[in-house]
Amino acid sequence: MKKRVIEFNDYSFKYHSQTAPTLNNINITVYEGEKVLIVGPSGSGKSTIGHCISGLVPFSYKGEVTGSLKILGRDAQSLDIFTRSKIVGTVLQDPDGQFIGLTVGEDIAFSLENDCTDQMTMKKLVEETAITVEMNEYLPASIHHLSGGQKQRVSLAGVMVDKVEIILFDEPLANLDPATGQYAIELIDRIHKETNKTVVIIEHRLEDVLHRHVDRIIVVDDGRIVADMSPDKLLSSSILEASHIREPLYVRAVKYAGCEVKEDMKPSQLHSFSIESCKDKLLDWFKAGNQVVPKEGKSPALDLKDISFSYAPGHETIKGITLSIKKGEMVSIVGKNGAGKSTLSKIICGFEKPRSGSILFNEQDVTGDTIKERSLRIGMVMQNPNHMISKHIVFDEVALGLNIRGVPENEAKKQVEKVLKICGLYPFRNWPISALSFGQKKRVTIASILVLEPEVMILDEPTAGQDLRHYTEMMDFLAELNRQGMTIILITHDTHLMLEYTTRAIVIDKGRIIADKQPSLILTDSEITSLANLKETSLLVLAKRVGMKEPKAFVEHYIAYDREVRKKWQ
Amino acid sequence: MAVEMLSYIDRKSPIHQLTGVTKLICFIVWSSAAMLTYDTRILAFLFVFSILIFMISKIKVSEVSFVLIFILVFLFINNLAIYLFSPQEGVKIYGSSHVLFEIAGRYTVTIEQIFYQCNVTLKYFAVIPVALLFIVTTHPSEFAASLNKIGVSYRISYAVALALRYIPDIQRDFRNIALSQQARGIDMSKKEKLPIRIKNAASIIFPLILSSMDKIETISNAMELRGFGKNNQRTWYRARPFQAGDYVTLAAFGLIFVTAMVVTFHDGNRFYNPFV
Repeated sequence: MKKRVIEFNDYSFKYHSQTAPTLNNINITVYEGEKVLIVGPSGSGKSTIGHCISGLVPFSYKGEVTGSLKILGRDAQSLDIFTRSKIVGTVLQDPDGQFIGLTVGEDIAFSLENDCTDQMTMKKLVEETAITVEMNEYLPASIHHLSGGQKQRVSLAGVMVDKVEIILFDEPLANLDPATGQYAIELIDRIHKETNKTVVIIEHRLEDVLHRHVDRIIVVDDGRIVADMSPDKLLSSSILEASHIREPLYVRAVKYAGCEVKEDMKPSQLHSFSIESCKDKLLDWFKAGNQVVPKEGKSPALDLKDISFSYAPGHETIKGITLSIKKGEMVSIVGKNGAGKSTLSKIICGFEKPRSGSILFNEQDVTGDTIKERSLRIGMVMQNPNHMISKHIVFDEVALGLNIRGVPENEAKKQVEKVLKICGLYPFRNWPISALSFGQKKRVTIASILVLEPEVMILDEPTAGQDLRHYTEMMDFLAELNRQGMTIILITHDTHLMLEYTTRAIVIDKGRIIADKQPSLILTDSEITSLANLKETSLLVLAKRVGMKEPKAFVEHYIAYDREVRKKWQ
Repeated sequence: MAVEMLSYIDRKSPIHQLTGVTKLICFIVWSSAAMLTYDTRILAFLFVFSILIFMISKIKVSEVSFVLIFILVFLFINNLAIYLFSPQEGVKIYGSSHVLFEIAGRYTVTIEQIFYQCNVTLKYFAVIPVALLFIVTTHPSEFAASLNKIGVSYRISYAVALALRYIPDIQRDFRNIALSQQARGIDMSKKEKLPIRIKNAASIIFPLILSSMDKIETISNAMELRGFGKNNQRTWYRARPFQAGDYVTLAAFGLIFVTAMVVTFHDGNRFYNPFV
């Protein structure tokens, strides 16, 4: 019998700030050397489980605990946060916020410093740990200059230097582009195999985590454990669907085709998935469907002509970009971190002045217009809602822009209420914004821009940090606005989002446009996907495995079908 | 990119070579000397010497110009206030009165007052370059280590170092927030009336506090999870041993301090009086 490392017994937890318990009578046992994935929609309590293991609950986040939690056989209450940190190493979600040291070496050494390790031993240990995560070349480098994937490696090294028994990853894939995310999962897998430590991953991007083997998946919904089984068994059930967690797309497609997924078909990884028995059904399903016709272009809404821009002389962030976006289009701008996507959106909104080139709006030159003048036509929703919210109450926040424009109070009230209803925020109109979830806050920021009735709306990562249900709500809502004629530009990492909702994708790499065509064409071009750190969708791999002649059309068919199915949720 | 004021500027210079502890001690000694003395000759020497050090550091004036202007404005206000509240201070100190012209009542302009206020200004001028240098040439991680070495609790040292480190981050946030508010029509340019501009600026402060609170929560969790605050002491990965340059610098600064004090106090008065 293997050693029990983490044991939750009838464990419940209620935050002091909340009225209802976040965790309800949960029972989980994790054994030594296991690799366990915890999934669940936002607000399900999965992060709280992580906090309980790391010790942030109850030491930083206070609340009432009932039941018991044992770590390495010892009662968790008796282990203070420092003892706990020697057993459990936690890699937090925020890739930037969790760095304490300024350089790689310093950050890895942080916990050794706190242990009063002498400098010689410390340097040696840091070097050793850095080698495990392949960062030994970068010890003197400043953390701010690293890529997303490198940062992840540094934060992993920072907890591994302590020789912990359990490594806990809290949403390791958040903020990583698809290719970097894939690399992170490979790294976690390698570390797990080499060190045989117990690994717990909390994440809602299930398909991405399943890129490598996991022993067990625990599904949390509404503070309860709804499943605790092997990935193959879980994927052959309907539990994920019931909890609104996105199944791997290829599994979904097979299910849509009316084929029963069984445990012995090994659905957890596409390359091992035996789909021979489903082949005919998939082909039939594809034939039965109709094709999506891309929208035809109208007059241009926004034209960029040879735009160049640099933050510092000699380093051009944007190099001669020419681009035309038609009225009523919904396009996505993709590319790896630092490719210049956000900078480009800032230039469009007038936050930054281009060094050369011109911007045309409805064929009128607006290059010289101020931010305020441009804001009459172009609305920008930033990635971090906390950067936008400046009022206490939802209604006031949405009304702010209208008040400033001097719209009469009655008129403003009508418009705000209308927008709140569209955004599904009407019931919350008198709530303090601080009581809303991240996704709701994001919708408040969208509402506050929407009420100003811009003709073009730019959204930076609109679905980051949202589970499938909120993702669908938000995107369907944007798609509806688009149907009513609004031009929408999305900046995103999410391959599926761009495939599912946009008719055109613009790929930026090193400040240049390297591709501008239908998303399905981009995702089938391996040269572009690797330059932009994108990932080939598993649907395409599936279609090829089944031997379809038009794999791209299959992907489009799936998307159209899936959208219809998900409409029934609301 | 945001104007990054008061953050570490990386150069290769003898000043950067010195350990953080040396720079901290020198800074304290230097400001004590400048604060204690009113001897114009000493102040002038300190001022010239601090300019010299500034030149050695290879830091350009333009890199610190924002803070510099900020300080100069305050200095000007300070001078005005001294005159308003105490127009005869110079006369009291130097015991003579050479009136240049009269304004009203006790508000006369005397050479003594001008001389006194020049001394006050000179004090600032002698300290400003050294203070700025200390901040922009000390690597933030070494900063905490040096505070800790001279006896400040490491918790406080780290708090100060973190605060300094977050200045560029907060400036970046501030800029992002300001832009997003302007994009909703909040005008912060000169086209708007001042009271409205002040009210509008408040709409930046609220989100700035929110996002900073988020940062604080994350970083304090991260620190706690890695054992910060467990022991009464900690070691420092980046601590550097003293080198010859450090000893020489400390000795030189010690000498300057002692000389300055001797010259200042040998006649039993902090002031140098050219009027006798």
